[in-house]
Amino acid sequence: MEGLRNGFKQLIKYPSALIGLILIALLVITSILTVIFIPRNEAIRLWRGGEAIWGQNPKTAPPAWTNIFRSKKLPETIILNPSSPGTDVQLSERAPGEALLVTYIFDYTADEAPQDIVFSFTATFKSRNPFVSIFWITPDGREIRLIEQGINYNTTYRVVQDTKLQRRLNGLSPEIGLFDNPETEAVDVLKGTYQIVIDGISFEEGSQIIKSDVVLHGKVHGLFGTDNQRRDLTIAILWGTPIALAFGLVASFGTSVLSMIFAAIGVWFGGWVDELIQRITEISINLPLLSILIMIGTFYSRSIWVILVVTVALNIFSGEIKSYRAIFLQVKESPYIEAAKSYGASSGRIIFSYMIPRVTPLLIPGLVLGVPTFVFLEATLAALNLGDPVLPTWGKVIYDAWQTGGAVYNGFYYWILEPAVLLIVTGLAFAMVGFAMDRVFNPRLRDI
Amino acid sequence: MGGYVDQIVRGQIREFIGQQLRANQEYQLMDPAEKNAFFLSQVERAEKRYGLDRPFAVRSLAFLWNAIRMDFGTAQLMSSDTGSRQVSLIILDRLGPTLLLLGASNLILFFASIGVALALSRSYGNIWDKLIIAFSPTSSAPSWFYGLFLILLFAAVLKWLPFGGMIDSPPPRDQLGYALNVAKHLILPTAAIITSSIFISIYNWRTFFLIYSSEDYVEMAKAKGLGDRDIQNRYILRPTLPTIITSFALLVISLWTGLILTEGVFQWPGLGRTYITAIGLYDTPVIVAITIIYAYLLALTVFLLDFVYALVDPRVKIGD
Repeated sequence: MEGLRNGFKQLIKYPSALIGLILIALLVITSILTVIFIPRNEAIRLWRGGEAIWGQNPKTAPPAWTNIFRSKKLPETIILNPSSPGTDVQLSERAPGEALLVTYIFDYTADEAPQDIVFSFTATFKSRNPFVSIFWITPDGREIRLIEQGINYNTTYRVVQDTKLQRRLNGLSPEIGLFDNPETEAVDVLKGTYQIVIDGISFEEGSQIIKSDVVLHGKVHGLFGTDNQRRDLTIAILWGTPIALAFGLVASFGTSVLSMIFAAIGVWFGGWVDELIQRITEISINLPLLSILIMIGTFYSRSIWVILVVTVALNIFSGEIKSYRAIFLQVKESPYIEAAKSYGASSGRIIFSYMIPRVTPLLIPGLVLGVPTFVFLEATLAALNLGDPVLPTWGKVIYDAWQTGGAVYNGFYYWILEPAVLLIVTGLAFAMVGFAMDRVFNPRLRDI
Repeated sequence: MGGYVDQIVRGQIREFIGQQLRANQEYQLMDPAEKNAFFLSQVERAEKRYGLDRPFAVRSLAFLWNAIRMDFGTAQLMSSDTGSRQVSLIILDRLGPTLLLLGASNLILFFASIGVALALSRSYGNIWDKLIIAFSPTSSAPSWFYGLFLILLFAAVLKWLPFGGMIDSPPPRDQLGYALNVAKHLILPTAAIITSSIFISIYNWRTFFLIYSSEDYVEMAKAKGLGDRDIQNRYILRPTLPTIITSFALLVISLWTGLILTEGVFQWPGLGRTYITAIGLYDTPVIVAITIIYAYLLALTVFLLDFVYALVDPRVKIGD
């Protein structure tokens, strides 16, 4: 313990180690907060929930803060429903023949038009469906009629798909045309207060329009943006942190500790036990780890826990066990082990209380240096589409962005850079600490 | 046992046979009972061909035994460039590009890292030395990861180099043009592989050379007044040769399997990308065959190393 404390004091003298430790602390804090505030089931629901949950998000929108660096500010999503502020709802009594009249008033300040404008209605009726008219009133007082049509139980109307409207707007795509400033030659956005008037009539007793929401899909979204399925990347980016850390730490800790224990057992008992461990190691070194994990992922299970257990099991008998063995062979001959033998200590006591603690300081640099390897191993598997099907991880976001979203070809750089930057930050943090630890704890390197 | 892949394959067989039969005139004329019986017999035949009639464990053992004898059989869905279903032919087809990429990147990586490390170990403690040490943690990321950044920067943003692949389409007619075109496509993947390993490689070699250059016989040689170059070649490089060779061999091994995703990212038509395709198609024979090939290559390298030691280091003796 005293040795560890001294080692730590020396460690924080290295600036790289200090930076690494701070980064690791930040990652750990992020993980803990994420797990507390977005429980696992909630994260899975938000990530795999379907259209009902992501529907109001824009498609492949960069993070909102990128607006700071843009000369032309992109719009954020505006959601309008009867309870949103600035809304003027008239006539709550919806008897037959009476109108539902909703006026949505909103300020538009962005320099570009939104991605899409979506109206969604829910209505109840028996035989005759209610009827709505939508009017778009621009800041300079022009009134544009959007649709006049009967609505079903669930109806959505997307202006992007309205080709008739496009013709009336001089061929401009509707979501742009509705915001265009007619005074200027070029297509640019007229800023100011817009109004949307939804006028509905029902024709039956008990028939009414229950919901009439409007969503103006923005071109930027949230802290991390969205992907091509409208999912908010925040969930995957935040939840990727605890998963990456847990996988890296557990795999690294498991392999290091278990190889040390096996090396100690082999050295202490000697004979056929040692021979067996050596032979297993020689076979195991020759096994292609990644390929075997790929086979297990393909044919057996993609659960992150199965992959974790197999990774640990295959890594126990690696080259590391040989170097531990060499050290334990020296330790075994030390006088204090002789003393323990002479007072009749059991094998288990000697191995776990005398031999292993002696070598523990050597374990720590390897353990820390192993973390990035395993973090990237998980990312590699996920990027091969062999990641856990349920959990959102960084590797999976990279897979989605690269393989299915074509993020690089389409220029959605934020989508691929966010998980990549976090991966490299995690990897570098542990590697920097590990390298510094190696210099502190490894006597061979101390003078160099 | 067998899991969902068996179910997927069974489903694929049924769908495929169903499609084939629907296009068949004679089948259309059969009555429903006959149709069904014929369909089932066809499915059974296909399942037998795929080995699905035997239990998973038996099938796996038989598969393993054949694979160890390098008898990889026929692929289920993939085919080689000549149209053959032979797994060994599929692998041979794709081996060339992999070897080209591996060879190019390894040779540069190896000689560059040893050269730089030797230079650094002579002037240890200066700014370059500190810089290399500071950069060495970047090697914790695999090469595909740097590949993403390189493609992003040089192909997507700057548009200097191609996104991936091995040759333009259509390929240049003359041989020189062809070679230059392949070389152009080779730049980014090679750079990715080198970036991901060069710093740690230099760091390790530098530490290693430093340990060896503080040996007594090196001090002795210095005292005798031998030149720097002589000391380096005769007193430092010579005794460290076995370690250098081992490390080179192990580097090759780690790159073999590490190439899988790198090839995928760069759409490089080698073994790794074939592997990824096979995973996507659940083509069992190809996946198993490539895994076995990797395992054999690893074992072969380790085995050959023992002989190489004896050749380059007179201190190593085999037998008494």
